[in-house]
Amino acid sequence: MSLLELKGVTKRFGGLQAVGHMTFAVEKGEIFGLIGPNGAGKTTVFNVINGFYAPSEGEILFKGERIDGLKPYEICRRGLARTFQVVKPLARLTVLENVMVSAFSRTDRRDEARAMALEATAFTEMEAWRDRTAGSLPLGMRKRLEMARALATKPEILLLDENFAGLNPAEVEKTIAIVRKIHESGVTILIIEHNMRVIMSISQRLLCMCYGERIAQGTPQEVANDPSVIEAYLGAANA
Amino acid sequence: MSRSTLLSLGGLALLAVLPALVRNPYVLHMLILCLLWTVLGQSWNLLGGYTGQVSFGHAAFFGIGAYTTGILVKSGLSPATAWWGLLLGGLAAAAASALIGWICFRLRGPYFALSVLALAEVLRLVALNWKQLTNGAEGILFIPAFNSKAAYYWIVLALAALSMAAIRFVMNGKLGFYFLAIREDQDCAESLGINATKYKLISLLISAFFTGVAGSFYMNYMGFIDPGIVFSIHDISVMMILVTMLGGVATTWGPAVGAAIYILMSEAFRTYLKSGHLVFFGVLIIVIIIFFPQGIVGTLKETLQRRQRRLAGPQASSPAKGAA
Repeated sequence: MSLLELKGVTKRFGGLQAVGHMTFAVEKGEIFGLIGPNGAGKTTVFNVINGFYAPSEGEILFKGERIDGLKPYEICRRGLARTFQVVKPLARLTVLENVMVSAFSRTDRRDEARAMALEATAFTEMEAWRDRTAGSLPLGMRKRLEMARALATKPEILLLDENFAGLNPAEVEKTIAIVRKIHESGVTILIIEHNMRVIMSISQRLLCMCYGERIAQGTPQEVANDPSVIEAYLGAANA
Repeated sequence: MSRSTLLSLGGLALLAVLPALVRNPYVLHMLILCLLWTVLGQSWNLLGGYTGQVSFGHAAFFGIGAYTTGILVKSGLSPATAWWGLLLGGLAAAAASALIGWICFRLRGPYFALSVLALAEVLRLVALNWKQLTNGAEGILFIPAFNSKAAYYWIVLALAALSMAAIRFVMNGKLGFYFLAIREDQDCAESLGINATKYKLISLLISAFFTGVAGSFYMNYMGFIDPGIVFSIHDISVMMILVTMLGGVATTWGPAVGAAIYILMSEAFRTYLKSGHLVFFGVLIIVIIIFFPQGIVGTLKETLQRRQRRLAGPQASSPAKGAA
């Protein structure tokens, strides 16, 4: 049984089909990459998986149970966490308080939530920033806060939405190390990323989508050499 | 026990012995109103300030509390035993809020704020026209149970202390974190495991309960209510917002400070400016919103924090660059 499975998932907004007949499965323990040009519908796939949108058609199974139609907070409690491409810091709360909010999904006690938040901020190497308000963080740290917060919900699978975008090279290296560390701790990862160097090096399998449809799937090498992928990114003349 | 808890208890003890020193009934009356408005400001602040769900119609809950006590007395309970109304009034207000919150909190945006405004107006009209129950526009009148203002002072002081302690307790735990998260970003809150509809409703229930209790106290103290007084948009609903904004939204002491300033200011304006007092009150509000949008307590807090940061030196204000 796959950890996360999409079967023919389609999402339409009025007449616009943002995601069409998406079928793929993420196996426990892997890093699965989702790539595609801008507007391909990658973030919509995340929004459908985490319950912001109900799919227009199709089924989503998590640990063998259907989760399509559940609310985001229910899906989170089942062990699926995500980060946001457009970061959503709880601006007037400190970094530690931000992470405590998500830790409260696993405990009712403040001291336990605090301990879990300290752990998650240490894991993502944010110790020095704990007492800063989230709204005052630079972008790199906001992206990392997204990860710390998602981790504190103790997920089995983590959906990372462009956590590398806008980072400088040093921050990219650091974030790769953190993502690997999260993966080694036993969390399955589904990642959207535009930085090809990053996604090629960390993911075991890749799926490329374009205009809402899957156009290629396989190992990073296979996908990178697929003519339809090259066409989607560079245009027909280069394919 | 923390230093701030000790300070609060000390302050409470001081306030409790005040009636022994202040015998002037007018001054006591002012103090009672200050404390009553502290309860109201606290209640609004929990929902509007901490949870970010603005209500334009808290008079609905105030009026329900007041009429609960009023109707108890009208149906034969003596005013002394009508103190039960405090609890009942709070519960009745909470029940009404559950209904409106259950309907409106599924939606985001201004729906709740406007629905609760409409609710207050609907209730005013019901109270005006359901004469058998409420005496209509005549209102309900009875002779208050106590002759001495000190008794009322102690009761409302206990209510103010209780509501502040309850809200502080709530804000220190899981509920408080959830309320703030919903205020800051509801999408984010939901993706972090928070059932926003449920927790907005909990915040509303607590807020409406204390507002209802305050309304009930008002009836016991004044001995007279009519629909126009207790369901008033400008005297109750809007004033609850202004008291909170004046003192400082989402601060512990803001509502209390706002209440004191509001009561003193409106008395002074009324005495010296006669019918012009509303104009000046309006101007004052505009000035506060433009120059101190954080309210008095909020602005003070910010200034103090800035000064502390400056004293602590530049290293303390931002983490070392190497950490980035």
